[in-house]
Amino acid sequence: MHQDIENTKAASRTTGVDSEKVRADFPILNRVINGHRLVYLDNAASSQKPTAVIDALTRYYTHTNANIHRGLHTLAEEATAAYERTREHTARFIGGVKQSEVIFTNGATEAINLVAATWGEDNVGEGDEILITEMEHHANLVPWVLLAQRKKAILRRIPLTSDGYLNLPEVSRLITDRTRLVAFTHMSNVLGTINPVKQLTEQAHLAGAAVLVDGAQAVPHLPVNVVDDGVDFYAFSSHKMLGPTGVGVLYGREELLEKMRPYNTGGEMIREVRFDGVTFNDLPHKFEAGTPNIAGVVAFDAALTYLENLGMESVRQHEIELTGYALNRLTEIPGLEVQGPVDPLGRGGVISFTDPKIHPHDISTLLDSRGIAIRAGHHCAQPLMKVMGKVATARASLYVYNGRDDIDALIEALMETRRYFGI
Amino acid sequence: MNDRLDDMYREIILDHFRSPRGKKPIAKVDISSDGQNPSCGDEIELEATMDHGMLKDIHVDCRGCAISVASGSMLAEYLKGKSLEEAKRIAEVVRQLLKGEEAEIPEEYEDLDALKGVRNFPVRIKCALLAWVTLIEGLKNYEDGTVDGKVVVTTEDKE
Repeated sequence: MHQDIENTKAASRTTGVDSEKVRADFPILNRVINGHRLVYLDNAASSQKPTAVIDALTRYYTHTNANIHRGLHTLAEEATAAYERTREHTARFIGGVKQSEVIFTNGATEAINLVAATWGEDNVGEGDEILITEMEHHANLVPWVLLAQRKKAILRRIPLTSDGYLNLPEVSRLITDRTRLVAFTHMSNVLGTINPVKQLTEQAHLAGAAVLVDGAQAVPHLPVNVVDDGVDFYAFSSHKMLGPTGVGVLYGREELLEKMRPYNTGGEMIREVRFDGVTFNDLPHKFEAGTPNIAGVVAFDAALTYLENLGMESVRQHEIELTGYALNRLTEIPGLEVQGPVDPLGRGGVISFTDPKIHPHDISTLLDSRGIAIRAGHHCAQPLMKVMGKVATARASLYVYNGRDDIDALIEALMETRRYFGI
Repeated sequence: MNDRLDDMYREIILDHFRSPRGKKPIAKVDISSDGQNPSCGDEIELEATMDHGMLKDIHVDCRGCAISVASGSMLAEYLKGKSLEEAKRIAEVVRQLLKGEEAEIPEEYEDLDALKGVRNFPVRIKCALLAWVTLIEGLKNYEDGTVDGKVVVTTEDKE
């Protein structure tokens, strides 16, 4: 028995993170699902929350709760300070940007929509081009499809190579003097592919195009430095990186944000309102109309701290090792088709796969009966599914609390699934 | 595995999933209807030959999860040779059963009762429904001939 426990511990540790130790910080992982220990492998959809984040939410509501920025009483001042502390922390977390360049939204989706509705509306015209990639999530696709329609602009896309990378030699042909924006994901939510942000940004800037990066899958899993990468806009979400739902971040270069029209309008985003006109507030408040998700933002600070304590380099190292282990073990199931790059260094821990004879939804239902949570479907990337020639895939996605034992449970359950269906 | 799961994937369902009936193409197509659930990717192609008011032959080609494949296969097996009225009646009973309404499967179709195991898995109900709703629409179109060509139906976002 003692030996078993020791083995489990060893199995959950990588050189990056001791996931057994991390697990103790996530109360939800104590849940028993259908008689089995919860094995949570749906992190690309949303991550679980450590006690520190849950406590921060409770503490905010039991101790601090008030509206921010306008009140003159103690609670309002404390709430404002806590909210702005998270902004300062976020600015540091993504490479040391100015606080005025960090805008809180309700998610990465809203962050991208904000750019499409403001910068896009004023900078993309008829005959202009927007360059995206074939691996975009609908969040970084639909806003550009609709903007292109509205403006009679042309939407172009960077194709994929057969091994799941962007076809980079094509990029120089696809970026033209009409390209206004290059919008791409930092890390694919289906293939796991990590894209070369700096290289693509340099190419875009040489042609005078702006760059927007969807970092929803990247910021939770790798060190990100938007200053070093030189991007113009960068969007991500709190809930995929241990923080609360309903909080997103848009980083934008100050020079661009200053020139942009407001997005939502109303309270907080104004400096002076008359019946015949309005002057807008300074950055970043110009883009934060109305009462934001104050509690969520305040608790997001605890998520950032938690990740910093682990160290983003260590998080990445952990996922490289665990992804390598998972990719390796998945080959033990004959005929199983795994999508995306085979090299763990070129990808994150998002692993999509299909079984030629079992539909992803059946796989997901069977795995759930063993307490294993994965995702099945088109993962909000229908055009990519079409490129891949799939209607749906099953997807296991890893995070800091996952260890080799979770991968072992997955493999065992996948084999059991085949036995169950008699295949 | 657990009981709830075995209740959905009953042996009869798994049998139809492993060897679906009605795969063989039919010579004369009088009724043609397609079903699609884009969010799952389930697709069904349903065709039937009519002869003196009977569904003389049924062809079902379903690509999707075990539930949708089994459901389509059961349709092909149990409705073959039935009258149009009977097919409509049974399809309606199955539809009601899957939607959790009061409905009783007639004795000679008792195997179809196995489909109701999906009711414990709300997101899978649409998978079991697809073949039946596709048939209902196809029959309706055959009878009033209002739609030119194929009808395409879905059981998504309609519950």
